[in-house]
Amino acid sequence: MADFIMPSLGADMTEGILVAWQVEVGDQIKHGDIVAEVETAKGVFEVEAFSDGVIEQILVQPGSEAIPVGTVLATIVEEGGTIVSPTVVAERKQVSPAARRLAAENHIDLSQIEGTGSEGAVCLADIEGLIAATTATEVPARKQVETKTSVDFKDGMRQAISAAMSLSNREIPHYYLATDIDMSRSLSWLEEQNRQRSIRDRLLPVVLPLKAVALALRKVPELNAHWVDEQLQLKKEVHIGFAITLRGGGLITPALHKVDQLSLDQLMVALSDLISRTRSGKLRGLEMTDAGITVTNFGDLGVQTIFGVIYPPQVALVGLGKISEQPWAEQGGLSVRPVLTATLAADHRAGDGHQGGKFLDALNRILQEPEAL
Amino acid sequence: MTNTDIKARQPLANQEQSLHLLRQMLRIRRFEEKSTELYSAMKIRGFLHLYIGEEAVAVGVAEALSTDDAVVATYREHGHAIVRGMSMGAIMAEMYGKVDGCCRGRGGSMHLFDAEHRLYGGNAIVGGGFPIAVGLALADHLQKKARVTCCCFGEGAMAEGEFHESMNLASLWQLPVLFVCENNFYAMGTALELSESVVDLSSKAAAYAVPTATVDGMDVIAVAEAAKKASDTVRETGAPFFLECRTYRFRPHSMFDPELYRSKQEVDGWKQRCPILSLTNRLKEKGWIDDSTLEKLEEDIATEIASAVDFAEQSEWESVEDLTRFVYSDVGVN
Amino acid sequence: MEQQLRKMTYRDALNEGLREALQKDERVFLMGEDVGRYGGCFAVSKGLLDEFGPERIRDTPLSESAFTGAGIGAALGGMRPIVEIMTVNFSLLALDQIMNNAATYLHMSGGLFNVPLVIRMATGGGKQLAAQHSHSLEGWYAHIPGIKVLCPATLEDARGMLWSALLDPDPVLIFEPAVLYPMERTLAVDAGPVAIDKAKLHREGKDLSLISYGSCLHKCFDAAAILAEDGIEVDVIDLRTLRPLDTESFLTSVAKTHRALIVDEGWRSGSLAAEVSARIMEQAFYQLDAPVERICSAEVPMPYAKHMEEAALPQVASIVATARRMVHG
Repeated sequence: MADFIMPSLGADMTEGILVAWQVEVGDQIKHGDIVAEVETAKGVFEVEAFSDGVIEQILVQPGSEAIPVGTVLATIVEEGGTIVSPTVVAERKQVSPAARRLAAENHIDLSQIEGTGSEGAVCLADIEGLIAATTATEVPARKQVETKTSVDFKDGMRQAISAAMSLSNREIPHYYLATDIDMSRSLSWLEEQNRQRSIRDRLLPVVLPLKAVALALRKVPELNAHWVDEQLQLKKEVHIGFAITLRGGGLITPALHKVDQLSLDQLMVALSDLISRTRSGKLRGLEMTDAGITVTNFGDLGVQTIFGVIYPPQVALVGLGKISEQPWAEQGGLSVRPVLTATLAADHRAGDGHQGGKFLDALNRILQEPEAL
Repeated sequence: MTNTDIKARQPLANQEQSLHLLRQMLRIRRFEEKSTELYSAMKIRGFLHLYIGEEAVAVGVAEALSTDDAVVATYREHGHAIVRGMSMGAIMAEMYGKVDGCCRGRGGSMHLFDAEHRLYGGNAIVGGGFPIAVGLALADHLQKKARVTCCCFGEGAMAEGEFHESMNLASLWQLPVLFVCENNFYAMGTALELSESVVDLSSKAAAYAVPTATVDGMDVIAVAEAAKKASDTVRETGAPFFLECRTYRFRPHSMFDPELYRSKQEVDGWKQRCPILSLTNRLKEKGWIDDSTLEKLEEDIATEIASAVDFAEQSEWESVEDLTRFVYSDVGVN
Repeated sequence: MEQQLRKMTYRDALNEGLREALQKDERVFLMGEDVGRYGGCFAVSKGLLDEFGPERIRDTPLSESAFTGAGIGAALGGMRPIVEIMTVNFSLLALDQIMNNAATYLHMSGGLFNVPLVIRMATGGGKQLAAQHSHSLEGWYAHIPGIKVLCPATLEDARGMLWSALLDPDPVLIFEPAVLYPMERTLAVDAGPVAIDKAKLHREGKDLSLISYGSCLHKCFDAAAILAEDGIEVDVIDLRTLRPLDTESFLTSVAKTHRALIVDEGWRSGSLAAEVSARIMEQAFYQLDAPVERICSAEVPMPYAKHMEEAALPQVASIVATARRMVHG
C-alpha cells in the first residue's frame, strides 16, 4: 500500500490547495498518471502518481483550505489488493436542474464549478456566464486552442468562441494601433521591489502594464465601454477582462474588478486568484460579463505583436507582447532596452484613431513612472 | 293531516291489475335470485343488496307513479329499477360492469340510473337522496310542473340529519315529494328499537306537519292503494307526504352477512307473510290463476332473465382509455 | 377609445354578477341562509329579494346539507340554482352532498345526469373570526374530481365568473375571500363574463414566478412592487381556477424565470401549493434553478388575536424575504 501525499513541488512550497481529483476510488492508476490538481502560490499543478495500483481511499476532498506538504491525500493499494470501503464519500454537488441540463448540453464538467446560488448551488447564471466567457479570444489564442485536443468542454467552448468572433469580425470595423514602450524604468523598479519581498509575494511583470492600462483608461474612458444598440455605454468601473488559456484547451477572459483602485500587491493577489479559479472552473457569473475592455498577454509564448479581435459588446482590446531586448535609439544614441510592444484593436464605430493614440500615449507615460503605479 | 293505519286485508278487486302486480314482484324476485347465483359465480362483484321479501313496496308504489314522475332510491334499488321500466339487460350488464350497463359499468348494483324513466339513483350514502328529492321537487315547483318526486329510503335513514333537514325544507316550502319509508326493521344489523328513541316513524314526519300513512308492506294491494292515495294528495296539494311501508328483508343485508342480529324463527315468521306467496294464494282462492298460468308466468320471466344474462355476457367492457370520461361534461377536462 | 371605469367594491361586483344572472335566465335562483331579508351575511345579495321576489331569492333554514342537496336536485330537475353557503367551514355540513352527490352523479350514472349547480361561499382569514370561520379549504375541494373550483381575486372575476359558472354543465364552487368584500377598485362599465379555465398573468418579470390566488394575490402584488425596487422582477400569476388547474400558465412562467414561489392561504401539508409544486417538479424539473418554495398558512386552527392571526397567515414581508433569498442566494 502506498500513500498519495500533498507533494512538495518546490523548495519554497510548504502547503498547497487540493483543487480537484482526477481519479475516483477504485480507479486503476499507473506511475505517472495525473491523480490530482494542486494549487500553489505559483499556480495550479497537475500532480502525478508515483506508484501503480488502485485508489483505495480518498481522504481529503477538494476545497479552498491550504493543506501542509506531506499530508496523506489518498491511499493506493497494489492491484489485486482489497479495497476497504471509503471513509469519505463525495457529496453530490448542488446543481440546479436547469444548470445541470445546460451544462450537459454544452459538455461542461460541473465538478469544479463554484456556484453562486442559494447554499452555493451552481445555477443557470453560472453556466451561462461560463459559456459567455468562452466567447472572448484573439487570433493567436484560437490557433493555440485548435492544436490542442482533449476534454469535452472544448466543443461547447469552441462553438461559443466561434460565434462571438464571427460576430465581431462581421460587425465591428476594427482599427489597429501599436506602440513600443521602453520598459527599463518599470522593470528596474520592479526588480527593486521584488528584492524586498519574499518569493511568495513577488510581483510578476504583467501587473505593471495591467495597472497602467487601468490608469490610462481614466484618461480615455471611451475605450472602457460597451457598444449596445448603436450607442456607446461608458463603464463606471474599470473592470479589465484578462485572457487566460485553459490547460484543457480553450480560453476565458474573466474580469479583474476595479483594477484602477488596486495596489500592485492587491492586483497580483487578484490576478493569481483569478487565474487559479479560472483554471479550476470556479469563476463567478458576473466575472464573465462585466469587463469593459480586454487585455491579452502572450509574452510568455514569445509573441511580439498582437492584433486582437474585440470581444463584443466591448469596444477595445489591448495586446501585450513579449518584453524583449531591442536596439533603442534615443537622443541620438543607440542602446539596448527591454521593449514592450503594446497594441490596441478598437471599434471604429465607437471612436477613432485619435482616441486610440491618446490611450497608447498615456499607457507609455504611465509606465515611465512606475513608482506612481 | 291524514293518517291511514294498516287496514285489514281487502278483497282483490281487479284480476288484471292483481296479475300484473304478481308478475312485477316475481320479476324482481327471480332477477335477484339469479343475481345471487351470478354473484357466487363472481360475475357480479362489489356489494349486492337484495330486495327479496320487500317487493310489494316497490311494486305497489310504482303503480301510483306516472312515467313523468321521478324516483330517488337507495342502494337496495334493483326492484325500483325494474318496476320503473328499465330493461333487465341494462341492469344486469351494469352489475357485470359492462359498457352496455345503464351506467356503462361505472355504477354497479348500488348506482342504477335511468334518464328516460327518471330514476335518479341508486344512492349508497344513507340519507343522501333526501335533499336531492327535495331539490327535484323544488325544480318542479319553480317550473310549475305538476309532478311527484318519490323518495324511497329505509327506516335507518331516519336517524340521519338529512332526513330531518329535508323533511323540514319540503314542508316549509311545500314541495311535492312522496317520502316512502321502507321500514324493514333493521338498519343493516341494528334493530329499529336500538336506533330510534321513538319507533313510531310517522310521528317524526308529523312533527314537520307532513301528512302520513302507514301500510302493511307485505301486501302489495294495500301498498298500491295507500301509495295511490298518498301520491294523489301530493299532486293535489303540491306538498309532501310520508308513507311508511312495514316490510321485511328475507335475505341478509348484503351477500356477506352471517345474520347474527336476528333469529331464524323471526325470519321464518316473516317468510310466512311473503308478498308473492300471499298474493298467489289469494289469486288462487279467487280462481284468477291456476298452476299452468303460473308456470307460464315463471317461464316468461325466466326467459327474460336468461336474455338479460345473455345480454350482459355478450356486452363489451368499457375501454380503459375512457376511464376519465364523465368526470366533467366537457371532454378533456380533468 | 378610452375604457370607462367606475369605482366599486368586490362585494358590489358580486352583487352585480348575481343580478345579471337572475335577469338573464329565468332558471337561475339563489338560495342560502339569510340571502333574502337579511341581504346576505356579507351583504352580497342585498336588494335582490325586492327585485326578484321570494321564489327566486330563497332564505333557507340552517340546513346546509338539505339546501345544498336541494340545489343538486333542482339542477337535475332543470333549474340553474346558485347555493350560497355562509362560510367554507359551514360547507363541511354539506360536504356529503358536494362530494358524494354533486361530484359523482355524472360519472356514477355513466354520463346520464350532469349537475349544473353553482355553490358560492366565503373563505379565508384576516377578519379575526377565529378557528371556525377563517379557514381556506378551497384547496381541499380542489382535490375532488367532478367539481370545478374558482376563486375570484379581482373585481373583474367577482363580476364575471358567476355567469360563466352558470353556463358550465357541471358543479362549480366559487370561493370568495371574505377579506376582499370591502376592497374598492375600478371596473370597466361594460365588464361581463370571464373565462374560467385560464390563469392570469398580472405582472411580468424575469427573475421569479409568484404563483397565487385569492386574497394572497394582493399580497403578491405588494411584494412584487417592493422586489422591483431591489431590481428583482417577478411574474405574478393568479391561478383563478383551482380545479382544473391551468398548469400551462405556471409552467410557461417557470420556463422563463426558473424559480417558483407559491403563496397559498391553505395549510401547507397536502395543499394546493403542494399540487402546483409537484406539477412543476414533474413537468418543468429541468427548468428549475432553485428549489420550488411555498408560503402557506401556519398549521394551526386560526387564532383570534390579531397579531396571532397575522402570524398564521402568509404576509408580504415573508414573500419578499423568500423571493430575495431564492434569487440572490
